[in-house]
Amino acid sequence: MAWDPEKDVIEIVRGPQKAGGAGGLYRAFGETLRGLKTTFGQLRMGVDTIQYPEQKIPVYPRFRGRHMLHRFEDSGLEKCVGCSLCAAACPSDCIRVVAAENTPEHRVSAGERYAAVYEINLSRCIFCGYCEIACPFDAITMGHEYELSDANRSDLIFTKEMLMAEPIERTPLRAEGE
Amino acid sequence: MNIDVPFALVGYIEPWWMVIIKSVVFAMIGLQLVPVVLMMERKILGRFQNRYGPNRVGLYGAMTPIADIIKLLSKEPFRPKTAIGWLFELAPILSITAAFGALALIPYGPVVDIFGTATGLYGIDVSIGPLYIFAFGAISFYSVMLGGWASGSKYSFLGSMRAAAQLISYEVPQGMALIGVVITAQTMSLTGIVEAQQGMWYIVPQFFGFIVFMVASFAETNRPPFDLMEADAELTGGYNTEFGGSKFTLYFFAEYLNMIVVSGLATALFLGGWLLPFGIDPPHWVAPFVVIFKMLAFVTFFIWIRATLPRLRYDQLMSLGWKVLLPLATLNALITAIIVVAI
Repeated sequence: MAWDPEKDVIEIVRGPQKAGGAGGLYRAFGETLRGLKTTFGQLRMGVDTIQYPEQKIPVYPRFRGRHMLHRFEDSGLEKCVGCSLCAAACPSDCIRVVAAENTPEHRVSAGERYAAVYEINLSRCIFCGYCEIACPFDAITMGHEYELSDANRSDLIFTKEMLMAEPIERTPLRAEGE
Repeated sequence: MNIDVPFALVGYIEPWWMVIIKSVVFAMIGLQLVPVVLMMERKILGRFQNRYGPNRVGLYGAMTPIADIIKLLSKEPFRPKTAIGWLFELAPILSITAAFGALALIPYGPVVDIFGTATGLYGIDVSIGPLYIFAFGAISFYSVMLGGWASGSKYSFLGSMRAAAQLISYEVPQGMALIGVVITAQTMSLTGIVEAQQGMWYIVPQFFGFIVFMVASFAETNRPPFDLMEADAELTGGYNTEFGGSKFTLYFFAEYLNMIVVSGLATALFLGGWLLPFGIDPPHWVAPFVVIFKMLAFVTFFIWIRATLPRLRYDQLMSLGWKVLLPLATLNALITAIIVVAI
């Protein structure tokens, strides 16, 4: 269908431009009543507030919150092999990995090496998710935690044990179609 | 003692001890209503904006006003270098004094028998009712002016200059709107006016008077949409910019007390005071509750208006006051006078 410029003309219905006189007074009174009706309608619509610390907005499945490190469920070994690819991918340089060799007596991960030190400085992290993409073993993923404030900067450096642990409080996940 | 006649007309005053008890009791009622109105405003305004309003302190946030006042009173008193010392201290006190003075006139009920003494349920019943209230309104307007000027700050000064123009322009239509009521009731005693509304509240015959009085009252108590003198967006708070802590508390209390006084005045003058419609005649002890209920209903309307209307521009404010409200009020008074004389 060809474009018809006539159809794009937006017509705005305006009242008489010049206010004043008894008509203007009457109209102002009527418009005030209409406004009162509108605000009263809002009263009936109820409350949209989410009472935050008690209620939380559920997050989407792909929400990028605090990182988590994973283990294999069957053997209990760590998935991380200490390759430092996440640290290389990190644009804000907040991941520190120190790798160590696995020995038959001391086997931590499934690969040749394991991460002896794995630290994420969450005060620098920008939650871009590149580490998750870079990881060849899906050892690090972005979780759903977003309540990450702390009173101290050094408390925001998360160590391997903290990242391995289950989150204390699970953030509600948004259901399908919500 | 014939207690059917309003005391103001016969010049009777209760014994001194009763006057003292009454003044304490009615001052306390006023003070107790302030947090109620404060909380009502926040809660109802919140509902109008699809939110809860404060609900953290106490049960459903009931302790929020207390928390507010404790916070304000425990703040450090400070004063700008340019402030005029004694006026800066005096202005908030003047403001709360004027508000309490006007509060004395609100009638909560008819003359009742307490301890064998005929007592009116009001602070004082004077034969010049509305004039007394306007006098105290004028004093409270001085407190705004002096407060803004004595702060020695340009925002305060601008706010108080706006206040001067606004309060003067709106006191005139407010007074004119009352003339119709006074003519109809043929008395200026507030209890007399309430008694004269037996049968029909004056909101019906004096509808235009009521509208003008209401609009002018919004402006007099500097409530939205006429809160030009403390327009926070333009004046960073207006006349009370430089006041903090307990001085601000006084202004704050005075503003809400003024709101209560105006509601009480509207209740007494237009909404039938303690009278109930449809010939219901309850016992005397119900009267104060009826009055307080009507006052709070009027305050709710204040809040509703605040949620609805945006702030007026300054020239619109002036032209509304002088070109619309004043002619309307004058016409109302004139027509009322003609009808009263003709009948």
